[in-house]
Amino acid sequence: MANYSTNEFRSGLKLMLDGDPCSILENEFVKPGKGQAFSRVKLRNLKTGRVIEKTFKSGESLEGADVLDMDMQYLYEDGEFWYFMEPNTFEQHQASESAVGDAVKWLSEQDICVVTLYNGAPLSVVPPNHVELSIAQTDPGLRGDTAQGGSKPAKLVTGAVVKVPLFLEEGEVIKVDTRTGEYQGRVK
Amino acid sequence: MNKDSLRYRSEILQSLRGFFQQRQAMEVDVPVLARSTVTDINIESINVEVFGNIGYLQTSPEYFMKRLLACGVGDIFCLGKAFRDSEVGRRHNPEFTMLEWYRCGWDEHQLMAEVADLICELVQRHASVDLAVSKVSYADCFTKYLGVDPHNAQLAVLQQMAVAASSDNWATETRGNCLDLLFSFSVEPQLHRGLVFVYDYPACQAALSQIYLNDHGQTVSRRFEVFFNGMELANGYAELTDADEQKARFEKDIGQRLLGNKPAVAVDNKFIEALELGLPACAGVALGVDRLLMQLLDVESIAQVMPFSWERC
Repeated sequence: MANYSTNEFRSGLKLMLDGDPCSILENEFVKPGKGQAFSRVKLRNLKTGRVIEKTFKSGESLEGADVLDMDMQYLYEDGEFWYFMEPNTFEQHQASESAVGDAVKWLSEQDICVVTLYNGAPLSVVPPNHVELSIAQTDPGLRGDTAQGGSKPAKLVTGAVVKVPLFLEEGEVIKVDTRTGEYQGRVK
Repeated sequence: MNKDSLRYRSEILQSLRGFFQQRQAMEVDVPVLARSTVTDINIESINVEVFGNIGYLQTSPEYFMKRLLACGVGDIFCLGKAFRDSEVGRRHNPEFTMLEWYRCGWDEHQLMAEVADLICELVQRHASVDLAVSKVSYADCFTKYLGVDPHNAQLAVLQQMAVAASSDNWATETRGNCLDLLFSFSVEPQLHRGLVFVYDYPACQAALSQIYLNDHGQTVSRRFEVFFNGMELANGYAELTDADEQKARFEKDIGQRLLGNKPAVAVDNKFIEALELGLPACAGVALGVDRLLMQLLDVESIAQVMPFSWERC
């Protein structure tokens, strides 16, 4: 991979730092008039998700990270790995539990996800912003409560627990925003 | 930049000229394009091709102004453009507007008083507020905000503090770089609002100022910096007039450039010749006009006070 100098740093650039791929969140240029110039950088470690702050002297450079975001279709899981397919080439990739992370509770087969590849292997998975899933288990709602707009927890088929209006019942399909985990509406 | 800010900028430029007209300093418009440039290890010139040879956009009008001073022109000011490569950010633009002036026979403390007069007058006229003005030595800043003596602390102590203030890759940095980092990250944000004059800079950061032994027995440079609401605004010196000493400092810079793999720069011999001819005892200061506008208009980015910032050029 190419090296990137501090003056090429910008948010979104993917770099190797201490052996891990990172993505730049913020880069501030600091320079006392007659003094050394610095780049004060905030990066997200793409493996751990942790945010790190680092200060470089201007002109220092870091190796670019071979990181690529790609739309892929989720196929199935075999208890150990989750399988995704590139829609154009039909090439399949197996993602580990740590790569799938929190996305697991939203995944249903055939969904199009964003899979981040690092050196060709899945590093992380982002589910679609909106998913439609059916309710596996919830307490029966009480009639007449709808006007108050109360809510109750509902467990979805994928395992996620979402707050839903009282009138919803098991087996019904709902739309959820995966970024906030919020109920968006009933799907008929 | 909106229309009101553009008009405000125009008014400030007029006020700056008016101030010096009233105080009998002559305006000089010296070249921004020259055959030589500065050797400062932390300032990079923008190179251009002129008649097939290398030319430099000037990083400040300093050398030309001093050459005029050596001819005996008396007090002068310059309000014009300066250029620095690889400097772009919230407070930096590769081309910017600089106000620089020199007072013959003055020392740096007299000049600090005039900088305060200038800024206070502008703030009074254009914003109708009184500005708090304070003065503090470089050593006192470090003692107050970091609990360390910057002139005598061991390098290892400064390196540890630099690591704590930034990240672990600072454990082996030079003294000058650690001091710059600590000042930028830990002192600057804590400076009082209003105008703060910081004086008696470390001898290793003397640049073109005299070095002397102050009343506290510290060998320091007669250099000061001005901070306006915590932002670096101006840099001034009791000017070094000794041609041999100046040449030695330039050659030291050139050596450090070589070690640091930075572009090679030659000594500006015409400037050294002017010092040999005799630069009168004087004090000079350079002030970033765009930054002054940022503070007067209370905006976050230098692009908001420029008709066209680099992003839009």
